Amino acid sequence: MAHAEGQQHPIGIYLKIWGLLFILSTASYLVDYFHFQGYLRWTLIIVFMLLKAGLIVSVFMHMLWERLALMYAILVPPLLLLVLLGIGSLEADYTFFTRGVFFFKH
Amino acid sequence: MPTSAVEPLPLPEGLQGIVADWSSDQRAFKKVPWGKAMMWIFLVSDTFIFSAFLISYMNVRMSTTDPWPNPGEVFALTLWGNRIPLILIAIMTFILISSSGTMAMAVNFGYRKNRAKTFVLLLITAALGASFVGMQAFEWTKLIVEEGVRPWGNPMGAAQFGSTFFMITGFHGTHVSIGVIFLIIVAIKVLRGDLDRQKPGFLTGRKGNYEIVEIMGLYWHFVDLVWVFIFALFYLW
Repeated sequence: MAHAEGQQHPIGIYLKIWGLLFILSTASYLVDYFHFQGYLRWTLIIVFMLLKAGLIVSVFMHMLWERLALMYAILVPPLLLLVLLGIGSLEADYTFFTRGVFFFKH
Repeated sequence: MPTSAVEPLPLPEGLQGIVADWSSDQRAFKKVPWGKAMMWIFLVSDTFIFSAFLISYMNVRMSTTDPWPNPGEVFALTLWGNRIPLILIAIMTFILISSSGTMAMAVNFGYRKNRAKTFVLLLITAALGASFVGMQAFEWTKLIVEEGVRPWGNPMGAAQFGSTFFMITGFHGTHVSIGVIFLIIVAIKVLRGDLDRQKPGFLTGRKGNYEIVEIMGLYWHFVDLVWVFIFALFYLW
């Protein structure tokens, strides 16, 4: 029974994803190399990061072919981290503000 | 009448499938060996650990009033007379991605019972992982000895740079090192044919099976995944 449960896919798909990951990594390195700044920089970095993460999880880690029960059990809980992200940035803004008021060296 | 002639009902798909799987009064994760489900659950917990590190890094970076050192400058290397920003980190990124590629192929050849190719690919993965750790050791040495970066301060700006850098990359490097050891163990098992003969494992006593190569692969791809986030958020930001 257990043997029938393995994930079997053609080698070609791994090679294609490998190539895509190389291209995306080069692209994100070039963002730094060409000194893109501001919103363009952050947008490109985040987009390339999420694309790479998506390719690794869905193809290399075979999430694409798993049943939805496993997919949701693994991918939904990390969304909670967005709350922590929000709280963290709110708190950081406040800390920065109070440091500016009380400790800023001129 | 032999029971083997009775075909099991196909599993429902979609949202109905989720409800059916979870309410089946059996194992919830169908068509997945339990070791793999457990590895996934471990990886979720590890995701929370690394996210906690990265979010606290965001917090201290946003709240410091000192300028943050420019990672492009700090991690630049002079090669053949040219100062290239972040070059070592870029090489490390490509090495880790390549190791993920060889790992994925090792899993594939494992399920095809191709022992020789699986063994070689696992060994290449381990070698790439070890070279990644070696480059990280070089990077840390350069940062500590030449740049004077300490967890409590550095000459270039915000003191939090050192503490978050050593914490995050150190934890990731530990994961890579453990992965390399884990890879070598699995590679030896493949080479000896333990997985074909279903030899019970030394620690767990579970029957050998090529699933362990895929489970090992999940861990290794996760290490690569974490590096994707560290590379974007720490080095490029």
